[in-house]
Amino acid sequence: MNDINEAGFPVLSLVTFLPLLGVAILITLRGDEAAVAANARWTALWTSLINFGISLILWTKFDLHEPGYQFVEFAKWLPDFGVAYRMGVDGISVLFVLLATLLTPICILASWDSVKSRVREYMAAFLILETMMVGMFAAADFLLFYMFFEGVLIPMYLIIGIWGGPRRVYASIKFFLYTFAGSVLMLLALLAMWNQAGTTDISVLLHTPFTYRMQFWLFLAFFASFAVKVPMWPVHTWLPDAHVEAPTAGSVILAGVLLKMGAYGFLRFSVPMLPLASAHFAPLMFSLGVIAVVYTSLVALAQEDMKKLIAYSSVAHMGVVVIGIFTFNVQGIDGALFQMISHGVVSASLFLCVGVVYDRIHTREIARYGGLGDRMPLYAFAFMLFTMASIGLPGTSGFVGEFLVLVGAFQVNIWLALLGSFGMVLGAAYMLYLYRRIIFGKIVRPDLRAILDLSPREVAIFAPLAGLTLWLGIYPSSFTGFFDATVGAMVQSHQQAINLAHHVTDFAGIAR
Amino acid sequence: MNWSLAAPEIFLAVAAMAILVFGVVQKRDSTVICTMLALAAMGITAVLVIGAGSATGYEGLFVSDAFAKFAKLLILAGAGLSAVLALGYNERQHIARFEFPVLIMLSAVGMMVMASAFNLMTLYMGLELQSLAIYVLAAFAREELRSAEAGLKYFVLSALASGLLLYGISLTYGFSGSMDFAHIAQAVTDPAGAGTGLIVGIAFIIAGLAFKLSAVPFHMWTPDVYEGAPTSVTAFMSTAPKVAPFVVLMRVMFGPFGHVAIEWQPIIVLVAIASMLLGSFAAIAQQNIKRLMAYSSIGHMGYALIGLAAGTEAGVRGVLVYLLTYVVMSAGAFACIIAMRRRGLAAEKISDLGGLARNDLALAVLMAIFMFSMAGIPPMAGFFGKFMVFRAAVEANMWALAVIGVLTSVVGCFYYLRVIKVMFFDNAEEVFDARSGSLSFVAMATGIFTLAFFLFPAPFLGAAAQAAKSLFATSLVQ
Repeated sequence: MNDINEAGFPVLSLVTFLPLLGVAILITLRGDEAAVAANARWTALWTSLINFGISLILWTKFDLHEPGYQFVEFAKWLPDFGVAYRMGVDGISVLFVLLATLLTPICILASWDSVKSRVREYMAAFLILETMMVGMFAAADFLLFYMFFEGVLIPMYLIIGIWGGPRRVYASIKFFLYTFAGSVLMLLALLAMWNQAGTTDISVLLHTPFTYRMQFWLFLAFFASFAVKVPMWPVHTWLPDAHVEAPTAGSVILAGVLLKMGAYGFLRFSVPMLPLASAHFAPLMFSLGVIAVVYTSLVALAQEDMKKLIAYSSVAHMGVVVIGIFTFNVQGIDGALFQMISHGVVSASLFLCVGVVYDRIHTREIARYGGLGDRMPLYAFAFMLFTMASIGLPGTSGFVGEFLVLVGAFQVNIWLALLGSFGMVLGAAYMLYLYRRIIFGKIVRPDLRAILDLSPREVAIFAPLAGLTLWLGIYPSSFTGFFDATVGAMVQSHQQAINLAHHVTDFAGIAR
Repeated sequence: MNWSLAAPEIFLAVAAMAILVFGVVQKRDSTVICTMLALAAMGITAVLVIGAGSATGYEGLFVSDAFAKFAKLLILAGAGLSAVLALGYNERQHIARFEFPVLIMLSAVGMMVMASAFNLMTLYMGLELQSLAIYVLAAFAREELRSAEAGLKYFVLSALASGLLLYGISLTYGFSGSMDFAHIAQAVTDPAGAGTGLIVGIAFIIAGLAFKLSAVPFHMWTPDVYEGAPTSVTAFMSTAPKVAPFVVLMRVMFGPFGHVAIEWQPIIVLVAIASMLLGSFAAIAQQNIKRLMAYSSIGHMGYALIGLAAGTEAGVRGVLVYLLTYVVMSAGAFACIIAMRRRGLAAEKISDLGGLARNDLALAVLMAIFMFSMAGIPPMAGFFGKFMVFRAAVEANMWALAVIGVLTSVVGCFYYLRVIKVMFFDNAEEVFDARSGSLSFVAMATGIFTLAFFLFPAPFLGAAAQAAKSLFATSLVQ
């Protein structure tokens, strides 16, 4: 480490690799199966909680006025290639690191009783997943980012495949191959950029000019990778399968963090590094975003399976995020980021809500439920809060993000904003319809009469998420403050690049 | 004349013969002792390789440079790992004979000579010594029909390939007037003026070497021989004997034919694309794990050939890194395959791995590491090999090759994932027999290397860079 960062110690590396220490402890556990399982749960929980505690340093020591990388770490890795171990967070990534460290202990708690077989392996997979997720958001070097980005696939593949539902094999392989196919094209784009810039340092790449023609192809390669991850229509089909088959905690991480990887990639690479191509492709991105919002909302309306419904709603919400990113104004991008954080909390909570009743009744079929409000008041309350947040009720987190995105979209095109807001209406429709079918009405099924309300463990899971949802909704500036500086700088440099290009005559010709 | 340049080869050859004599005079079975002696001899040879000077010797027949040294160390590593793997396997298959390590040593001598060849004749001698030893090894389980068939098949087809190679050598000699790499390079300087005869010669040389590499369209023998030969031999065949022909192919293409790269590059591109496609698509339907590995090795050779097709120093470097990671993960994967035994019989079907993660998590995790690595998923070692050759292709503006390469790697990923799926997601089969310590050792060592390569890639990439540099220095200065 060359220089001392803001925290005084390599906090990002610590947060990234501490979970692996937990894995090492898990490997050494001995004893009969029940003892190993119990110890594995506690080890994983404590590791992830301590990790979350350490990661809070990022929250307290982050300089809100600095648009560039902070907490920078540097170590030699491949000196011949201009590749180094560079870690750092800026306004875009810092909250995602925190989101990942927050959701991991919640996932481990959520799997406390529901995962019964191969508990040690399960916990190890989740801790490895945490390392990969945090590393991905904290990487300040493109190659390093790529390694974590791909590395996520390994534990997630195993989590879906081993602990998933009946069609888990199909879902896990589909998940893996879809995302892998996209990301190998990003690898080629990485190589091309590297070839030109001579380094994979993201902060250098940001200031490396690429010709318009090259940007065009690089954008398409990035698009292949990130669109699958977002997921954008029409490459979203892996998501409902993966969500339905994954265990509850797998869905939570998938919706909470993994879906953010694609949009994060757009914000980190496509928009700032390829401004001309981004501007050129913005109409396409808007169209795909609008289709995602409207089409998948309608699809969600018709779902019989709770998890599938929420999975489709995720696609719709991420469509809003994509629209926000490509408005290229401060409101739109701020809104997209806020919506990502909010969706990370809210959709994760909704999957947890599904998990609660699934653990009790072992079905996700909506028609099997009804009238849960009588027996489970606490559950009904939590579910309602997250439903409202998903709809975007003012005062909850969902409102702020969607509102900002729509404000940004209005500045670009009124139809875009109009169609985007149509998604909000549909969102209210399918979520309220879901809520009515599950919570309201009379209990008709005999097994529902004996259903138990939230246990203290489940309350402990939902309480922080509910608090966060309200905090995000009531006082959003404590979050937007983190990314204001970075987004402002990004929008400004994007505008400069576009203006510059308009002076160069050949761009205008090609762009048309 | 500086004979000490070949000291490693001389030592290894003498040691092999000494061990052979020692084995013959022993009254009791001396396989274990002979294997230990062979490993010791290979270790000493490795030290000699590191200490050897860098020069041309034997009237220009033989060259020792960083490139040859890198290759020789890799060959010795592959041979050594295979000898260790064979120890337990051969005994359980009742084919434990002391000749086995001796044959591996002799084959290694041949391969090392190939790596140092600076004359087409030296090349051919080395190649034949390597192949002769492998013919015998492939038929080592002589009472077993499949093994004998594998040996015969390999022998007949390989003889054909040797014929092609010789024909290419004679054409080259006829049209350039020399067998010496330096002289050929001087004679063939004009890319435009290379005669048809010479180009046909080059094509035949590539064909002969591509056969040994099992690159498409000269791959037909690979699945049958891989499946039929004893697994210990298959493990050997998929490691070191892939390195030597590759190294010699690079030496020949960049040395004597370096000036006419434009003539041979399209051939290599074609072979690379065909190998990648066949390696990934044909493997999908395989049920036998050894056949799967055969197709996988065909695919891997295709990826490695991308680096050669790029025709640059970065490409050579990429190939060397690729071969390094390939040898290690291949040895590891075969260690896991050898460990698949039930009730004293070798299990070879992929479905035999069913639910391995429940019975033997360590073995399943190791195998998964090798499979992910072969699929090229970071942070495993295999990613770095692929990454380096793709980088070379991008630098050389060979976009079509790079795009086909990454897309076939997605297809290839499917069958590696299938192996992992069988091990982790399927219901448990019967437990495997306890495996020998040597197997666990090889699997652990290669597994840790494969997994932790990303922590310390710089020295390996640096050594490969030096080797690539020396290849061009040796080829162009003389």
